[in-house]
Amino acid sequence: MSRFKKDNSRATPGISTASLPDIVFMLLFFFMVSTVMREQELKVQMKYPKATELKKLENRSLVSTIYVGPPAKNLEGTFGTAPRVQLNDVVANDVKEVRQFINDERAGKPENKQNKMTTSLKVHQDVKMGTVTEVKQELRKVGALKVNYSAVPNVSAMRDK
Amino acid sequence: MARKKRDTGEINAGSMADIAFLLLIFFLVTTTMDIDKGIQVLLPPWTPDQEQLDVKLKDKNVLEILVNKNDQLLVEGELTDVDELKKLVMQHIDNNGRDPDFSDSPDDAVVSLQNDKSTSYNRYIEVYDRVRAGYNQLREDFSQTNYRVSYEQADTNQQRTARSTYPMRLSEAEPTDFGEKEENQ
Repeated sequence: MSRFKKDNSRATPGISTASLPDIVFMLLFFFMVSTVMREQELKVQMKYPKATELKKLENRSLVSTIYVGPPAKNLEGTFGTAPRVQLNDVVANDVKEVRQFINDERAGKPENKQNKMTTSLKVHQDVKMGTVTEVKQELRKVGALKVNYSAVPNVSAMRDK
Repeated sequence: MARKKRDTGEINAGSMADIAFLLLIFFLVTTTMDIDKGIQVLLPPWTPDQEQLDVKLKDKNVLEILVNKNDQLLVEGELTDVDELKKLVMQHIDNNGRDPDFSDSPDDAVVSLQNDKSTSYNRYIEVYDRVRAGYNQLREDFSQTNYRVSYEQADTNQQRTARSTYPMRLSEAEPTDFGEKEENQ
């Protein structure tokens, strides 16, 4: 005489998938908000050096980016293999074009924020310092003194610390 | 001819998940997490005719780091490994006159960095990063012993004190030109 009857007749109910869209939408929104679309097409090869003492670049609107690296594989025919400087979407013919680029960038920003502008130097790790120094000299001449050397975190060195 | 009144059927939302998945996959594939981290530096202002201010510094107050075209390091005339650089920099700055080879005080200590035109950018960043790490470690230690908080969490005044106790004086000399010349010959 059991008080609880075994109910063998009932089948296991199916798992409701009604909340699945909600979950997927949540993920979707996360990715839509957190990712940044790359504005420029890279025309030079890029491999960042590793470092530990990194700072995050703030105020993306006040950052102008200069790429330095060997031309991309499909552009080697036009530009050769020596490291080149890319400003906006074009590969510069001469390092001196950096000055014009910085002045143009400056002109587009409100005057009270111009001194807060940062130049992000994204340089391929195998580029020789001669090229980098030339770019730095141009930046100094034009008074763009705030510079950020782009690098990726050196995970193993950070762990050892 | 009256129409038969019909119940409006519910819209089937079963395919909503499929659509959302499609969008999700699109975003996953097309977007790249662009890195925007790096070493923040302030370049010295340009002097028109590159007139060098002839400041005489005591030799002991300057830690001289030379990097040649083969990415080898010469610190104070001795071949050194990059991994030892942070320790050397800290020893140099925080010497306070103990060791006659190193600086008199953190305020006097200068790190001088010179590389060749053929030094790789990778090595340059590595060296720069190690020097920076030395300074940051000293500031961190200062903050820990005096305020019992890490430098990151200390307030602005405390950070300023730590910074002025260990001011970063890094001078970058014009790169040498040995490597390029040899390549041209």
